[in-house]
Amino acid sequence: MTKYPMAAAAVSMLALGLGLGMTPAVAAKMDVSIGMQLEPPNLDPTGGAAAAIDEVVYANVFEGLTRFGPDGAILPGLAESWEISEDGLSYTFKLREGASFHDGSAFDAEDVKFSLDRARAEDSTNAQKALFADISSVEVVDPATVKVMLAKPNGSFLFNMAWGDAVIVATESADGNAANPVGTGPFKFSEWAKGDRVELERYADYWGEAVKLDQVTFKFISDPTAAFAAMMAGDLDAFPAFPAPENLTQFEADPRFEVIIGSSEGETILAMNNKKPPLDNIKVRQAITHAIDRQAIIDGAMFGYGTPIGTHFAPHNPAYVDLTGQSAHDPEKSRALLAEAGVSDLTLALKLPPPSYARRGGEIIAAQLREVGITAEITNVEWAQWLEDVFKAKNFDLTIVSHTEPMDIGIYGRDDYYFQYGDADFKAIMADLANATDPDARTELMQAAQKKIADDAVNAYLFQLARTGVANAKLKGLWPNSPTQANDMTGVSWEE
Amino acid sequence: MTAYLLRRFISLSLSLVAASLVIFLVMEAVPGDPASFMMGINADPAAVAALREQLGLNEPLPLRYLGWVAGLLQGDFGVSYTYRVPVSELIAERVMISLPLTLYALALSTLIAFPAGILAAARRNSATDLSVMGATQLGVAIPNFWFAMILVLVFAINLRWFSAGGFPGWDAGILAAMKSLTLPAIALALPQASILARVMRSSLIDTLDEDFMRTARAKGLSRSQALRRHALRNALIPVLTIIGLQFSFLLAGGIIIENVFYLPGLGRLVFQAITQRDLIVVRSVVILLVFAVIVVTFLVDLAYAAADPRLRRRR
Repeated sequence: MTKYPMAAAAVSMLALGLGLGMTPAVAAKMDVSIGMQLEPPNLDPTGGAAAAIDEVVYANVFEGLTRFGPDGAILPGLAESWEISEDGLSYTFKLREGASFHDGSAFDAEDVKFSLDRARAEDSTNAQKALFADISSVEVVDPATVKVMLAKPNGSFLFNMAWGDAVIVATESADGNAANPVGTGPFKFSEWAKGDRVELERYADYWGEAVKLDQVTFKFISDPTAAFAAMMAGDLDAFPAFPAPENLTQFEADPRFEVIIGSSEGETILAMNNKKPPLDNIKVRQAITHAIDRQAIIDGAMFGYGTPIGTHFAPHNPAYVDLTGQSAHDPEKSRALLAEAGVSDLTLALKLPPPSYARRGGEIIAAQLREVGITAEITNVEWAQWLEDVFKAKNFDLTIVSHTEPMDIGIYGRDDYYFQYGDADFKAIMADLANATDPDARTELMQAAQKKIADDAVNAYLFQLARTGVANAKLKGLWPNSPTQANDMTGVSWEE
Repeated sequence: MTAYLLRRFISLSLSLVAASLVIFLVMEAVPGDPASFMMGINADPAAVAALREQLGLNEPLPLRYLGWVAGLLQGDFGVSYTYRVPVSELIAERVMISLPLTLYALALSTLIAFPAGILAAARRNSATDLSVMGATQLGVAIPNFWFAMILVLVFAINLRWFSAGGFPGWDAGILAAMKSLTLPAIALALPQASILARVMRSSLIDTLDEDFMRTARAKGLSRSQALRRHALRNALIPVLTIIGLQFSFLLAGGIIIENVFYLPGLGRLVFQAITQRDLIVVRSVVILLVFAVIVVTFLVDLAYAAADPRLRRRR
């Protein structure tokens, strides 16, 4: 995106000097304007991976059988309760009665069967098709009961059903959801002025607790300077994922605003091409991990926001193990490992996608690698180019990406994934995890998986991306964390 | 005149065909696949393949080109890969912002530039001339996005007379819509007005030195009468050329200003479509802009003819 750092700084400084002492206009507001950096390409969460889709519709317009709570816990959604058979192969969901779609049609078990069958069909374009892979059949028991049979036990099935990609859609409206989403949530879609905003309004016949807002507007502002101006001018009430962390201190100093710092599901990693020499040598990969000073990257690239991680797992997850010590910053050791591997004068291609964590972080990492004698040749790429060149063609040595899907350690078991790990032992751990339903056993396996990828130094694990937002100080109920990419507006209200 | 129009029409069509081919091939050569962009990095490869099939991306290249051109000829621009709505709808929405903004900025720029340029030329080397030249020098030098941010700072953040950006839509009323376009139009108009005023001045000064001007004065016309009746019309040709160029520039090139004021105009549509590899949108908007530029150039040619009868006869 176009950025003008110098001018932005000038505007910010002036704004700080002149912007104080203004009174915000407060009345009994029933509407809220939320800023987002990216516009969703369409509004169908079952037909695309763009985070912006879920950020508009998740929990607001569409609901699944289960849902994520603000802390990431799995809560009942359209399924009021469920029973799991002894063998873990059948899930019987008791559905909400009185729920209806925004077009007035009733919600029942047929819609659940349709939605799940559609997502796992041969020609499905669901980006997270793997969530449904274990389903063998979906049976309608009665209009308010649905029974899902699994081919093998899957301990994360209820978790899978909470994803935005697993929301329940209606037979009649499914094909039109991209432009005119019809769900069962507390807000219904009202207007999309493309390039500018999406408006949602309260759905009067919602089955659950009524929401406290009449209208929610999501406005799309990609330029960080413009986002800053829009907050300052009072055009927006909140910007939950504010694009310019450098401006946050100014918002902190202003009593009109509250700065919200939370955690996200984004594990930010320096990914390495594990099959490309000399990165196929574990010693070289370890050397790279020891060359990196995580805190320096967090301070330098992220303005101090972010939590160091030592493996591909979210630190706020109860099953997280802190393995940062295992790959602590140690240039001496790094040089020794390189010498042991017999590698000298190493030059690696570092490809950086557009987000600032990658572009700014990449500069710092290149400097840190230089300390141990590795030259990183930086190439900046667009996302589409990154997907083609790095992700698909695997034409890279190093790259920086934040993996923002919740609980996505499973990607290390995929053959042919871009960093090319796919280790057999790791896959075995994942298979055991899928079959395990006992919580303790699951925790143990998740920890084993975390250790395995840290031991193998598959990638250099940098930090967990923070979710840094700004909101009007009188606006209550926004999620501080993002257990999934969402702006759940169901609990949001204006302070009296 | 008819033969002239016919010739122009043929060259216009040939330009369009050449442009369409170049645009299509360039867009195809750009690395990146719309389907993988939409499905993200956690996607199931089978689902990506299914989407490619659904979007018609697996058809051979020449077939897709012909399909696109055939659609264009029938006024069908195709369906956007990402938005999943007809491209014509997307363009229509955006043109409703970009075109009024362009005209607004062009009107402002002309209203400032004409008096300033004429005044400066009429009082050559006076203090007025020097201050106009100084101001326009500054106007050309200031980047318009910077000027835009200063406008936002003063009028939106501090005075709160305007909102910092966005567009309420024409449904919100003409006044509200025009109000939201005012700051962007001023930001766009300032540099253009400066250029135009300088062109106006120098063109007028050249004309004032012509023999026919001396004749006009000798006939007994006052300085200002001679300027109004004889010089102005003759000085207009280069000015019209610049206005024509500015129109195309403003229509296609407002993207930075659109970003500063987060206006959903054509520039942002193209920019977003390029990052998302929504190639069908990029192609269609670009060919439309090419078309607009060609038509504007044509209209400017006609305007020359109106301003200078000699040009009509020569053809």
